Amino acid sequence: MFSLKKASGLSKKAFLNYAIVIVFYLVFQILVSTGNITSALKGQLIPITCYMIMAVSLNLVVGISGELSLGHAGFMSVGAFAAVIISSAMGNASNPAKLFVSILIGAIIAGIAGFLIGIPVLRLNGDYLAIVTLAFGEIIKNILNCLYVGIDEKGLHFAFNNPDALGMDPLGKVIINGPMGAVGISKIATFSAAVILLLIVLVIIQNLVNSRTGRAIMAIRDNRIAAESMGISPMKYKMLAFTISAAMAGSAGAVYALNYSTLVPKKFDFNTSILVLVFVVLGGIGNMTGSLIAAGILVVLPELLRKFSDYRMLVYAIVLILVMLVSNNEKLKGRIDIFTKKLRMKVRMTFSKGGKK
Amino acid sequence: MSKSPEVKLVNVPSPNFVPEKDLGKPLVLEAAHLGIDFGGLVAVDEFNIGIGATEICGLIGPNGAGKTTIFNLLTKVYEPTRGTIMLGGKDTHNLTPVQVNQMGIARTFQNIRLFDKLTVEENVKIGLHNHMGYHTLAGVFRLPNYWSEEKKAHERALELLDIFGMADLANVTADSLPYGAQRRLEIVRALATGPKLLLLDEPAAGMNPSETEELMNNIRKIRDEFQIAVLLIEHDMNLVMGICESIVVLNFGRIIAKGTPSQIQGNPQVIEAYLGTHRG
Repeated sequence: MFSLKKASGLSKKAFLNYAIVIVFYLVFQILVSTGNITSALKGQLIPITCYMIMAVSLNLVVGISGELSLGHAGFMSVGAFAAVIISSAMGNASNPAKLFVSILIGAIIAGIAGFLIGIPVLRLNGDYLAIVTLAFGEIIKNILNCLYVGIDEKGLHFAFNNPDALGMDPLGKVIINGPMGAVGISKIATFSAAVILLLIVLVIIQNLVNSRTGRAIMAIRDNRIAAESMGISPMKYKMLAFTISAAMAGSAGAVYALNYSTLVPKKFDFNTSILVLVFVVLGGIGNMTGSLIAAGILVVLPELLRKFSDYRMLVYAIVLILVMLVSNNEKLKGRIDIFTKKLRMKVRMTFSKGGKK
Repeated sequence: MSKSPEVKLVNVPSPNFVPEKDLGKPLVLEAAHLGIDFGGLVAVDEFNIGIGATEICGLIGPNGAGKTTIFNLLTKVYEPTRGTIMLGGKDTHNLTPVQVNQMGIARTFQNIRLFDKLTVEENVKIGLHNHMGYHTLAGVFRLPNYWSEEKKAHERALELLDIFGMADLANVTADSLPYGAQRRLEIVRALATGPKLLLLDEPAAGMNPSETEELMNNIRKIRDEFQIAVLLIEHDMNLVMGICESIVVLNFGRIIAKGTPSQIQGNPQVIEAYLGTHRG
């Protein structure tokens, strides 16, 4: 009976996360179809889901692998711009096919970028690693700032720093125009696709964590020297976590990009990396449920605070501080724990009564 | 306190000796002329040791003698400045701790190094890491061999924990265990990697006499059941004299005596190292 018992034990948290995502999806789908949602919030649905993917994927590096990465937005932008190029290059293919291929290739290219950046970065530890990831995030942004991509009948043209070097036919179209970013993107991303992607990302991360590989990654986090003496190679598993996380950020970026008609590289700067880190830290490091909720609330919050107009970022900051104070207050935590335990008991009682009938 | 029967030590080629029962079997570990310098400081010099296939060997010496440094050399945490280490007849020059672990050497740590936030069972499963035959993708997609291998690992982990009577603690996080239990878990975890040689760094530190007695029986049990060699550092002389078949005494990074427990007990140099010289 091991596998059943163990599976239910391991997956309780995992199933909670799937349930949260599905409920989130159903609630907003119903709100959208009944028209009970403001257009501002409706427009935020895909970005919210993308930020949830970003938060969960960064949590793999920060929470599970224990490395502070400050360049996560860089991988998101790699995925985003790769997706824009791919979807334009696919021309007349159907939208779902375009979206699927764009996400896949966006994830693969971001994964490759993660692997290449991981080679120098993962040799470092702690603060040094954080600073270098920050630098690489900025490097990616600046490279994309100089990138020009055009398309004509002959195919894709790439140029660096000089739009005249594209050498296109007069009928050719510029897809990515340096610092002006991607223009004329076909908005093919859908809320459903974003939610499916989020579910896939969650399945991959949660299954990974509860496997031999995930244990190895956490062993390196908890005690690198002991992990090595157990025959676990730190570089290999850190690299694996970093690459998977980068690929997932790339897939999130792909969906994000295909939701807007224009997109500038500047969107994926240091602030975005920090924003995602805030989701992870506020939600609890290593806690996927927390990441989902924090991302959801903190993306919507500035929109809800529009009433406060000039003061909204101030209120946003105060909310952040309050959450930190509350979540770090031992007394309050104890009270909440007792409350949830009582609640659980009550739920169990009612269920068991129902079963007897 | 139970004493092990005095074992006759036999000389083997090279400056080493092993218990008579291990004669004819290849040495599990052979270190020759081993030494390491930290900057200008000679931490260990001319360290020679040969350990028989099922020998329990003690490494003792005053604080700062270089005992843990020798463990770090043998497990390649440090690369030796001089000398060779042969594991099962293979040279370990320039190998990493990961590689020598896979060659059959496992250790515990003086300052406990458990995976604190993981459960006891997960700690042992990490020891079983290289014995679990499924790939990362099989884990992500929950392929059938994920389930079968995880099941096998679960059963094996409980079996190993049961040696120390810890099977009922399987789901407790490692950092909530009492000190003695943490030390025992480290031994179980090291054992899970399937070593031919187990290095124990002060396994009885912080244990009371009855726990130490139990530990002694368990170390013997492990040796007999798994047919492995044990090299241990310990300050508890009851334990060292009780279970070790041979003892190496270290002072200021050099071996000052080698022999059976009774030889060591009567050795004037050893007494001097521990108690100092008579004055006048």
